[in-house]
Amino acid sequence: MNSQEKFYWLFGGILSLLVLASCIGALLHWRARGNETIANLNARVRAWWVMVAIIAVNFVLGTNATVVLFALASLFALREFITLTPTRPGDYLPLVACFYVLLPVQYWLIAADWYNLFAIFLPVYGFLLLPVLAAVSGDTEDFLARVTKVQWGLMITVYCISYAPALLLVEVPGFSEQPRNNLLLMIYLLTIVQMSDVLQYVFGKLLGKHKIAPKVSPSKTVEGFVGGGLAATGLGTALWWITPFTPLQACGMAAAIVVSGFLGGLALSAVKRSLGAKDWGAMIEGHGGMLDRLDSVSFAAPIFFHLTRYFFEP
Amino acid sequence: MLSQALSLFVRLLVGARPQWVGCKPDPALRIYYANHTSHMDTLALWCALPANLRARTRPVAAADYWAGGGFKSYLATHGFNALFIQRHREPGGPDPLAPLEAALANGQSLIIFPEGTRRAQALPSAFKSGLYHLATRCPQAELVPVYMDNLYRSLPKGALLPVPLTCTVRLGKPLQLQAGEDKDEFLERARLAVVELA
Repeated sequence: MNSQEKFYWLFGGILSLLVLASCIGALLHWRARGNETIANLNARVRAWWVMVAIIAVNFVLGTNATVVLFALASLFALREFITLTPTRPGDYLPLVACFYVLLPVQYWLIAADWYNLFAIFLPVYGFLLLPVLAAVSGDTEDFLARVTKVQWGLMITVYCISYAPALLLVEVPGFSEQPRNNLLLMIYLLTIVQMSDVLQYVFGKLLGKHKIAPKVSPSKTVEGFVGGGLAATGLGTALWWITPFTPLQACGMAAAIVVSGFLGGLALSAVKRSLGAKDWGAMIEGHGGMLDRLDSVSFAAPIFFHLTRYFFEP
Repeated sequence: MLSQALSLFVRLLVGARPQWVGCKPDPALRIYYANHTSHMDTLALWCALPANLRARTRPVAAADYWAGGGFKSYLATHGFNALFIQRHREPGGPDPLAPLEAALANGQSLIIFPEGTRRAQALPSAFKSGLYHLATRCPQAELVPVYMDNLYRSLPKGALLPVPLTCTVRLGKPLQLQAGEDKDEFLERARLAVVELA
């Protein structure tokens, strides 16, 4: 099967799921009018239609479109992060550097196929540049805390998220030679992360009793994590044919994606609470902000990338 | 065309998401007045209005900054249909509020920043008297308090590039000049209505 045919099968499956979800949503809405959980569920499903459409169009357009798409996603996520983080006028220069220099360069490095610099650009150069720019501004009040917050936001929303499109740079023999196979690998990652979130939500709503971290993220339950996580790992195994992995390897990879995505959601939830917010933003109806959708991606993407590169690139 | 591009650009940069807290986006004759922290304010508030209201609402912009010719004035005139105002009244010169009054009489709503100048702070300072005079001369217009958060961090005074931050534009309950209310009382009440939205 070539990548085009795999794409049709995969998106055929996703579209059937969406149709099913929309039908269930309409049915629930019809049975229980005015229920807020159901209204939110339907808003989420509508947003999913849009997100799936964007990824599908993006598959057709190819590499550069993917880089631009994720650069925009990072821009919105960083914007949400900085909006919730209290900054002072002395942070202006570091922030301008993040938005106008570091973010575009990081994504340009993917488009330019320059992995070695991509991997260290923000952890080395970005990390060192930001405190210098803040120091030049001359405001020393809460200096370390302020610089750290900007560095942290940059690492999560730009560096970590950029690992998803960076999957286009991995060269797996017998797989990456075919155009767009790596795009499918990226879509594999996104599908497992997002389905893991959705399935954990569904299992949690249906069976959830024991909260994992009631203070940090009241919606996360043991039942939701185990049930949703196992189902998502099963799905990741069943999708082995769009990846370079054997079914067993795909199972391990999917498990790694599920666990790291879950931990990302947990850690970023704690950050969000400490900033005093329930959602990162309001740009995606029903879901909250861009970062509410990408929190688990930001942890799962770098880990999936490095596992793939370490074990499958000679 | 230019207006649409401008609005897209502003949304990309600062979000400009409206929250209608105290009123609805009705086509009533209105004076939106807001705290002023950066040059993005004018654009952000204007872009937060739905397109049908935007078409009949004119931001009042300082002539000494926006009308100086070049790209800025082109943007102000053709992009967001600004109404220029002289900030400093020359003795014996024309009444600076006359063009505003004329626009209101024409059924156009206005956006004004009664602090008169930008201040890089979260809460507005004391208002200048322009808002009071407008309220006296045009009692038919609703005065809508508006609070814009975050923009004071986005484009500090003297800075060139705005930091993209999500700005929420909160529109409060319209108020009107009450009978017998004196200037200072009214201006403070109007200012507090903005502070309340913060």
